Amino acid sequence: MESINAKYVSQKISKTRWRPVSHSFLQQPDIFASGSWDNEHNKISFWSIGSHGSSAMEDGFEGEPQLLCEQKHDGDVLDLQFLDQDRIVTASSTGAVTVFRHHQNSQTISIAQHWARAHHYPCDNAPCTGVVCSSPEIVTVGEDGRIIVFRADQEGVVRVIENADSSTIHAVTYLRTTEILTVNSIGQLKLWDFRQQSNSPSQILSLSGDRVPLHCVDRHPNQQHIVATGGQDGMLCVWDVRQGNTPFSLMEAHSAEMWEVHFHPTNPDHLFTCSEDGSLLHWETSSHSEMPSFLQGGRNSSMMSRSAMAPAGGNQSLISAWLSGDCSKGRLETSHMLPSQTLSVNSLDVLQQCLVCGTDGEAIFVNRQVPV
Amino acid sequence: MQKIPAVSDGKHMGFAWGPGDILVYETLHKASGSGSSFIHEVRKDEDIYSPILRKLFNESHHIFVGLQTIREDLPSKSRKPQFVSISKNYRSVIRACMEELQQVAVSTKDGEAATQYGNQVSILLAIELIWNLCEVLFIDAAPAGSLLLHLLDWVRLHKADVDEKAREVLQSDSPAEHRDYWDVVVSYVLQGRLDEARQMLMKQATLQPAARNMYKLMDTLLSKMPFFNPSGTQTLTEFDVKWRHWHEEVDRCLQDNSFASNKHLEIICKLLLGDEDILLDHKELLGTWYHFLVTRLLFCHPTVKPAELHYYAQSCMTMFLDSRSVPEPLDSILLAAFEFDIHQVIKDCSIALNNWWFVAHLTDLLDHCKLLQSHNLHFGSNLREFLLLEYASGLFTHHSLWQLAVDYFDHCPEFGRVYLELQIERVPLDTERKALKVLRICEQRQMSEQVRSICKIMAMRALRNNRLGSALSWSIRAKDAAFATLISERFLQDYCTRGTFSDLDLIDNLGPAMLLSDRLTFLGKYREFHKLYEEKRFTEAAKLLLSLMTAKIAPRSFWMTLLTDALPLLETARSWFNSIQKNQILMTLTNCSFSLHESVTEVDLQRLQKSDYFSSV
Repeated sequence: MESINAKYVSQKISKTRWRPVSHSFLQQPDIFASGSWDNEHNKISFWSIGSHGSSAMEDGFEGEPQLLCEQKHDGDVLDLQFLDQDRIVTASSTGAVTVFRHHQNSQTISIAQHWARAHHYPCDNAPCTGVVCSSPEIVTVGEDGRIIVFRADQEGVVRVIENADSSTIHAVTYLRTTEILTVNSIGQLKLWDFRQQSNSPSQILSLSGDRVPLHCVDRHPNQQHIVATGGQDGMLCVWDVRQGNTPFSLMEAHSAEMWEVHFHPTNPDHLFTCSEDGSLLHWETSSHSEMPSFLQGGRNSSMMSRSAMAPAGGNQSLISAWLSGDCSKGRLETSHMLPSQTLSVNSLDVLQQCLVCGTDGEAIFVNRQVPV
Repeated sequence: MQKIPAVSDGKHMGFAWGPGDILVYETLHKASGSGSSFIHEVRKDEDIYSPILRKLFNESHHIFVGLQTIREDLPSKSRKPQFVSISKNYRSVIRACMEELQQVAVSTKDGEAATQYGNQVSILLAIELIWNLCEVLFIDAAPAGSLLLHLLDWVRLHKADVDEKAREVLQSDSPAEHRDYWDVVVSYVLQGRLDEARQMLMKQATLQPAARNMYKLMDTLLSKMPFFNPSGTQTLTEFDVKWRHWHEEVDRCLQDNSFASNKHLEIICKLLLGDEDILLDHKELLGTWYHFLVTRLLFCHPTVKPAELHYYAQSCMTMFLDSRSVPEPLDSILLAAFEFDIHQVIKDCSIALNNWWFVAHLTDLLDHCKLLQSHNLHFGSNLREFLLLEYASGLFTHHSLWQLAVDYFDHCPEFGRVYLELQIERVPLDTERKALKVLRICEQRQMSEQVRSICKIMAMRALRNNRLGSALSWSIRAKDAAFATLISERFLQDYCTRGTFSDLDLIDNLGPAMLLSDRLTFLGKYREFHKLYEEKRFTEAAKLLLSLMTAKIAPRSFWMTLLTDALPLLETARSWFNSIQKNQILMTLTNCSFSLHESVTEVDLQRLQKSDYFSSV
């Protein structure tokens, strides 16, 4: 295993995200953004790991991230997403949502758009806990249970779903271009369809049994009905949102809260999770389906089992390996990606063969040879 | 010492101690009259707020945690190399920090900041120097023979300017004629780097072909100086004999004036014999008394034993320093180390430095090497634990580094837990995410009281902001039945005032959490009754309603509401209640009317009594 080195950055890292690469040039990811939390003065920073950057970064160990620029951020950075090549959106603990623009030529950062107190209580601030974007639309969720839709170029708010949830919404992700999925602290997944005008979810899914808060959610890149969630008890659940109330598979992943779960964007047989217990796991499933997954046919729901057991062998074309639920048969391999126990790993992002993660031990780890 | 700008001359100053700082304000010692309206915060320890030093704290925390997990049952032979390697890790972290501070000190334009960085660099240099010496003497505990070699390495590491000068000389057009040339050669000799000295001398030799023989002789002498090889087969006694032979040979060369015509070479020859006066002539090149000590040992007594060190150390220090100058703290610390007085070293370091980092980590490492006898302080804890507690308490005052402190408290067996319990409750909980992390820390250590109090704080906050779902989720985490009851009461009150339920997504999906408290169960079941009613499943609705009445989990204030809900079911033509059930309703009514006179309205009573089904009973 290639040694993965820690870079100590004097700030607890709450989020790290790769800048999206333009597919036309088949670039390797070289720039990532990070956000800090729990500091007197929090910051967002842009880092480079490639051979880009000015000559001042010649020295230093190959592959060690070099700081390009940073900017003060008001409040903890609770979520961070790239809107496009130059702009990021951050969710703040003050309830504000901000769009920052990274000027590559001068290596400076400016504020492009700022919605202060987007999430709020009547007298208090409510932290904005999650943000997801599909340029130019931005959707944010917060502890106040609101879902807000913005447009990056407009000053006002496009739509607000008031009291979408009576508990804190921890994360949000797009299911389709007009549908989003949120997870909350009473263990529910809610589907929201923006085409509808009503302020209630189109579907609610939850685990039977204890209402464990869910902290993260991610959608399978190719199959839009497959969603993975992670929660307070560290269990990884894979759901099929077409199939109603219960998850397809439950796997014990971590011994403490799972903060982030990510499918690999181009190689979705690989999944990555990170947790408060200081570990980062790489899950690899081998899809033994005879038909390649991109040749899936239409629905064949009558043959889909509702329980979390492997369906009968005949209809393999529709079943992603994630839904087989039968991890005891050795189809699922897990490996630790960090060399030793650290403080909580708060965030991770993976793109092509590069993985970046940030910890409460004020360290950033970059691995450029992830086996995918 | 610094003057605090808070208080103007002649005024009085009031103050209050905090965990890591003091609050200071200006005051007048009079009953009336106004003082200044400002309060100033004076921080004692600026180091933990320095971004570069923060890396030191984080990296050393990582090393510390790794050290605690070294297995105790391995034989000490295999543990020593591990401890040495851990000690080197700590030192490399200090060096990395130092280098970064140095770079910033050089590149900054702010004069005051540059001075501050410079100060921090010199403190770190001193710390690394002391740590390195402790590693050599205590952890590695080298015996006679290797001891001198380690001390030579120690001195060489901390006298890097020789290499700089040498580089300068070598890069000049004619190195042998450079004005620093002989300084470099002598410095090499003083540090025992004889091969490099020989190489330098060769440059001079080529310039003076007439003195070729003299230079050859010097070269031979330098090349023949024996150095002890710890991994070789030669014993210490054999080495000693060989060394004495060499020493005699050098002495002979000096006595028969082989180097008389070249004063530089003669000086080198005398140095090789360990001539104290000549050594002291080169105070500037030596720089420090401990360099003087090591060089003197190198050329007089290379087989020095650890126990003999302190005689030499004391005499060297006296000889080197002016009789008028007072030894600096660093000097007394190093002297204490040479005397193998570990406790004195730790004590002096604690006084000299303003941050407990160094003493805490060093003492912890020494304790693992079983070098500290338990030095009981008057409140019963041992030295290592005391220092770790002080250090960790200081960390806890930092808004961010408090997480590191938790691990330090974990490894203080006597008082760590108590300290943690007291401190963890004071961490400000601004966001749910932070509260979750603090909770996880408490749960992992079974601090149930702290768990309950944190959950209660968060639940109250949620309740105040009308986030009933969040409040419920916090009370589930704490298994706090009383709070769950409180939340259910809120819901039921809401229902009574508005006639509908709020937050249906929560009540409809309570799941097993419903069982946390009776009131909550009642709420969930009551909502279920409404759902059944809306779906027109009246038999089941009736049954459920009845069980709610008879199971006595309904709050008294709600009994009338339940009875009122029963009315439509009773009044319709179809009988949704059988006779037994009707009896039960009647009993409930009777109980109700006796205990809640005010809430029973005449109209309701009459309605019930007039109802056909009761008249037929």
